[in-house]
Amino acid sequence: MSKVGLFSVKVVVSNAEGASDPEGETIYRDLVSKSGFTQVKGIRSGKFLRISVEAPDAKTARELVAKMCDDLRIYNPAAHSLTVEV
Amino acid sequence: MRVAVVRFPGSNCDLDAVQAIRTVPGMKADLVWHEDPAISGYDAAVLPGGFSFGDYLRAGAIAARSPALRHVSRMADGGVPVLGICNGFQILVEAGLLPGALLKNTTLKFVCKWTNVRVENTNTPFTRAFKEGQILRVPIAHSEGRYYLPERDLRRLEDDGGVAFRYCDERGRAVESANPTGTLGNIAGVCNEMGNVVGLMPHPERATESILSPSGSSDGRHIFESLLRND
Repeated sequence: MSKVGLFSVKVVVSNAEGASDPEGETIYRDLVSKSGFTQVKGIRSGKFLRISVEAPDAKTARELVAKMCDDLRIYNPAAHSLTVEV
Repeated sequence: MRVAVVRFPGSNCDLDAVQAIRTVPGMKADLVWHEDPAISGYDAAVLPGGFSFGDYLRAGAIAARSPALRHVSRMADGGVPVLGICNGFQILVEAGLLPGALLKNTTLKFVCKWTNVRVENTNTPFTRAFKEGQILRVPIAHSEGRYYLPERDLRRLEDDGGVAFRYCDERGRAVESANPTGTLGNIAGVCNEMGNVVGLMPHPERATESILSPSGSSDGRHIFESLLRND
């Protein structure tokens, strides 16, 4: 019988390239740039979810979460990009 | 004409919508809980404004997966008129019944003000009582009302008459200074391809009785009166 482990899967939902991100732009322009961090060239904000998943391996955990994000529309594909990492 | 006004946990414009619809002779409105299958028996459905499920995850995202939307989706497929106001519009977009997304306003602020809105498409069950280009005086009150679609999809929406309402100035010009939220193309409301599903950010139910609106506007009433017109 295969062993099942608990994996922590990290999901970030942020505005896709074409959709402007006023929160990230404000943090960049009014905080970071003005504080002298000139090496920073841009900031995108997003929503972070840490999801605990029981799965036999990391790959399966990641795939399950990616499918869940699609099925439940955790992100809106018209405007958001999604990253899923274990 | 019997209209179901669907109440979600966190709806707060539901009673206003019921009241607004009841002011139109010949129309009945009931408040229906989002888990109640009775929704499907109505002639039309209205998803009211508010903060369904606390706007958690994203405005409208959780309500879009509630039992009500299964019924509303079937009604929409069958040509039944469905209207989403503010949070209701966000729910319809998140449920995929209308295209696009409603993102945070460019200013990141909650914008609460009276706006002028131009009717772009009179061929929907909620806009038949208007003339094309007619201007309504209606209020908005939201943080996430910046309509967004990728450019190619936006062009198709525009070409297909999917833009139902646009913010404009007093003379009906959709200029940048009349855009309260940074919404693409001054879009205030859209409809689906069939035209029976309409969503808009402004609150017509708050402008149905002139005695209750500071500008004396009752323009929003025509949205509900349109439901009685079959032409």
